[in-house]
Amino acid sequence: MKAPPAIRFERVTLSYGARTVWSDLSLDVAAGTFVAILGPNGSGKTSLLRAILGLVQPSAGRIDVLGRAPHRGDPGIGYVPQHSSFDPELPFRGRDLVRLGIDGHRWGVAWADPAANASVDRALAEVEAVAYADAPIGRLSGGEQQRLRIAQALVGNPRILLCDEPLANLDLRYQQAITDLIAGWRDRTGGTVLFVTHDVNPVLRVVDEVLFVVNGRWAAGAPDEVLRSERMSELYGSHVDVVRVHGRILVVGESTESGFNIEEPHHAPAVVVDHPEQP
Amino acid sequence: MDQLVTLLGYEFVQNAIAAGFVIAIVSGVVSGFVVARNMSFAVHALAELGFTGSAGFLLLHLSPVLGLLFGSAITAVFIGTLGVRARGRDVVVGVVMAFGLGLGVLFITLYKGYANQAFAILFGTITGVSRGDVLLLLAIGAVTLIALAAIYRPLVFATVDPEVAEARGVPVGALAVGFLLIMAAAVAEAIQVVGVLLILTLLITPGAAAERLTPRPGLAIAYSVSIALLCTLGGILLALITNAPVSVFVTSLSFACYLLARFAIGPRRPELRPVAARAS
Repeated sequence: MKAPPAIRFERVTLSYGARTVWSDLSLDVAAGTFVAILGPNGSGKTSLLRAILGLVQPSAGRIDVLGRAPHRGDPGIGYVPQHSSFDPELPFRGRDLVRLGIDGHRWGVAWADPAANASVDRALAEVEAVAYADAPIGRLSGGEQQRLRIAQALVGNPRILLCDEPLANLDLRYQQAITDLIAGWRDRTGGTVLFVTHDVNPVLRVVDEVLFVVNGRWAAGAPDEVLRSERMSELYGSHVDVVRVHGRILVVGESTESGFNIEEPHHAPAVVVDHPEQP
Repeated sequence: MDQLVTLLGYEFVQNAIAAGFVIAIVSGVVSGFVVARNMSFAVHALAELGFTGSAGFLLLHLSPVLGLLFGSAITAVFIGTLGVRARGRDVVVGVVMAFGLGLGVLFITLYKGYANQAFAILFGTITGVSRGDVLLLLAIGAVTLIALAAIYRPLVFATVDPEVAEARGVPVGALAVGFLLIMAAAVAEAIQVVGVLLILTLLITPGAAAERLTPRPGLAIAYSVSIALLCTLGGILLALITNAPVSVFVTSLSFACYLLARFAIGPRRPELRPVAARAS
């Protein structure tokens, strides 16, 4: 008996008005899978997460999340949104942010609740954020805020974690730490991770599958199947090279009269740092 | 001192203090959210169009306090429905405010009664409130605080972290309109003390001072309410003793509180410093 997928897309098309973001997307994500969602800016990666959250409705096709249609406020989903900073003067602590993940959506005033506080403490310890949990959240670094956001997403014990560019604006050290944190949660709980990123390299060690979305088209599968020159050229509709250097993957477009055929070179880092080789 | 005791015996003084007490609590609680949601300009618009409502009600021989509430509530609905997104909001506020203020000028021109009623709305009338006004203010204040308590948690969520709040099913847009209506009521109340033109002294300054004192959201509201109470009641008493207008003292006291919080007390609070030892 095969377990039902955590998330299933059946021939899903997403449009905003006349513009189709992507079409005919079919995908099964098995429970416990770490999926990297890749593609250039504006290719609809965030929209995909919003569709799973029930915030946008597909124009065709069907989405199943944990065996149900997507619905807003699904407690089975934890969400780490794209980085947005907090006002440095905001009277709000990391601890308060994590607490919102437990009961922030409920009406009324939040009273002292020892059980909720214990859950918050546990979540803070899991992401190693105890040291700064009582400081004003707007004065923390991007990496510290990101750990708190992950604690907030995980405190309600979700089965699916959606992360939207959680590594943006972080230095390499933090990128590794955040990746390990999320992969550790997946290993420990058997949860499913959908991880939107413009650079696959920091998560390459832990990724099971990639979904690459370009110009309304998509390709999904194991990283080694999808991140190949033929497959990517087909996807972009023009010649693209996938280059492996020092265990890193670069997707590079050829230059044309109007510039490069890939508007956003797939993360060509200024400094190439050694990473463990893919097996 | 004797003079003060004598003054406290007068009914108008008791009314002023009772009204000031209610108004300060409402202003203190609401101002924390006004600051966090960055809505100073909207407060200003609600107050000025409260003035229009008030002038309109005077023209119709109706209660100017209810006129204030009416004017600012209508404005809240307009701003809330036309400009929910933060980016377009200031523009919408400006557009609505300009039109409404024009109407206010028309009403005042048409009004043949005492011009000092309009003057009182612009600069505050706390020492002129009747027992009936106090009860009205108390009722508005109670409804405002109950409404705010009912939406407190999701409002905090939507204010601090709107993306995740939306994903968790919090009705972010409806809460924005709801909070504007709460602001409208708080504005109608605070105008009684400081008037339309000085409204920000009660609806911004206490919250702005409080956030310099603590990173705890609950404690910040307590500080904000305390500061609003100190400024309002202190302002009323000083005005009674000196015969100068109340708003002069309320604005001075609240500015002093802000400066003290920002430059003297806040910088000495260890819990407000960025964490020195960064564990990562």
